[in-house]
Amino acid sequence: MILSVRDLKVSFRTHDGPVRAIDGVSFDLEESEILGVVGESGSGKTVSLLAVMGLITDPNATIEGSIRYKGRELVGLPPRELRRLRGNEIAMIFQDPMTALTPVYTIGWQIAEQIRAHRGLSKSKAMERVEELLAEVNFPNPHEAMSRYPHQLSGGMRQRAVIAMALSCDPALLVADEPTTALDVTVQAGILDLVRKLRAKHKSAVVFITHDMGVVSELADRVMVMYAGRVVERGTRTELFSDPRHPYTRALLGSIPPLTGQKPRRLPAIPGSPPSLLRLPQGCAFGPRCPVRYEPCEAGKPGLGASAHAAACFRVAQA
Amino acid sequence: MFYAILRRFGQMLFVMFGISVIVFLIFFATPGADPAARIAGRNASPEVLAAVRHSFGFDQPLYVQYTRMMEKIFVTGDLTSFVNRGWKVVPAVMDSIPVTLSLVFGAAVLWVVVSIIIGVVAAATRDSWLDKLLMALGLLGISMPVYWLGEVMNLMTQSRYHESWAFSWVPPLGYKNFSDDPKGWFLTLVIPWITLAILYIGIYGRVLRAAIIESMQEDYIRTARAKGLSETRILFRHALRTSLIAFVTLFGLDFGALVGGSALLTEVVFGLHGIGKLTYDALQNLDLPMIMATVMYASMFVVIANAVVDFVYILLDPRLRAS
Repeated sequence: MILSVRDLKVSFRTHDGPVRAIDGVSFDLEESEILGVVGESGSGKTVSLLAVMGLITDPNATIEGSIRYKGRELVGLPPRELRRLRGNEIAMIFQDPMTALTPVYTIGWQIAEQIRAHRGLSKSKAMERVEELLAEVNFPNPHEAMSRYPHQLSGGMRQRAVIAMALSCDPALLVADEPTTALDVTVQAGILDLVRKLRAKHKSAVVFITHDMGVVSELADRVMVMYAGRVVERGTRTELFSDPRHPYTRALLGSIPPLTGQKPRRLPAIPGSPPSLLRLPQGCAFGPRCPVRYEPCEAGKPGLGASAHAAACFRVAQA
Repeated sequence: MFYAILRRFGQMLFVMFGISVIVFLIFFATPGADPAARIAGRNASPEVLAAVRHSFGFDQPLYVQYTRMMEKIFVTGDLTSFVNRGWKVVPAVMDSIPVTLSLVFGAAVLWVVVSIIIGVVAAATRDSWLDKLLMALGLLGISMPVYWLGEVMNLMTQSRYHESWAFSWVPPLGYKNFSDDPKGWFLTLVIPWITLAILYIGIYGRVLRAAIIESMQEDYIRTARAKGLSETRILFRHALRTSLIAFVTLFGLDFGALVGGSALLTEVVFGLHGIGKLTYDALQNLDLPMIMATVMYASMFVVIANAVVDFVYILLDPRLRAS
């Protein structure tokens, strides 16, 4: 077990009152496993992983619960200790490669900076390592690419540089926050290939955040679906795609156009929009948009249960 | 690169040419502004006026007068003042340059160093009492006019507390040549440096704080944190580094203007006969040759400062290097 998150709660104080962005999220991650985290914008998928990284710097945020990395509790760990893990054992790839790199330094310099922060290598040794890494993420001319500035590279190339940076210290855990969202479809496929290949080589566990079910179905071993700060369903990829239980998961899968067979005249969409975290509905947060809601849904919040394939829904519990 | 510098130099010459023509026209071709009438004095007879006009060459076509004046400034260097005919303006400007440069350079070093410290400390301790104190002091510095602050400084260091241990080292007002007396040069300038720098420390400190805080919101700062870098390193190597671009823009403009004569108030208050004072006196007397010489000098510095800023931009921001 590389990562074990238990009952994680993140809330922010705002002018309009406290907002609970994450409300009791639990999950486990085994070594070299890929966990897909799916959900709409605002469902808390990014915030929960930023909490794991210790990257929630907002002074108005409070984090409760437990995040254990290789058995070590990360919540409440002094910043110095966390910093030693970050970039070294736990690395992150961000959504927008256009803005994720400091514009005034070369790619090589920025990757070497991370290596030197954790490994204490000499400058030239670090640069040798950078060249290897850039070759590994398929830069056609790694030596030349090192002296390139971010603005001189395309989005896909920048994302490769960010991935090289994330891998520079052989992390045991890699958090990828929608790394393909900002990229063209053809470039996306290349990046996904790369993540898969690197997982095989480096044996890193990967948490892959996305709102794209297609990406999940290609990449993830296990999947976790989030809605309004809670996990609504979890299971293996096969379980989730062949036997979706939560009405939200079903609706998400139903809104993907089929590649074969008869095309629906209209693509089914989920009615309504995600609730504001400031004004969550009584009971189940998905209730107001749910096609199968009934009385218990307004009375209380459904729990997820303990089984491997579980859905937080009273209808499922009843069945 | 060489071609770019050459082109830039050409632009600078063109700008200076434009400025000289405009200044010339303002003084010679504005209706009612008859330089001969000013020189001849009140109630001059038409004969005297005609004589003055002829002896100063005002009866020549404008372009001849302009060319002659430029020739006398840049080639022969023997343009003389209209007010005092024995006074050559080019040496007068040359004598004033070291005074102004000493004043502005020293103040600039002081304000750049102090405002960077203030901006960084305030941004790093954002919203703390220290940040609030520094920003309040900065605002105070901006609010104090130089002519008032300078007089207060003089009052304290030259008279009221001059006998006390704190200010007994302050020499009388005036300027000492660096080559003659380096220590005297330094001591006479300390109080003017501080006075001039206080305003800019306030402005630059506040601007830099805002720029750093803005940078700290950028995605690449989150990346830097995710890399496991220390907060100090993130602040200096990533946030401050990208914030310096705004800082340099401001500096180039202010520095150019100050060297070009905007330090006038400080010069007057501290009895420093620099370019500002020279320009001011020339304008008071409508002494066109002197005005022309000081304006040419000032525009040259503004243009040079702008060119230097553009160059520093390229050093600071690789995105500008492409073309």
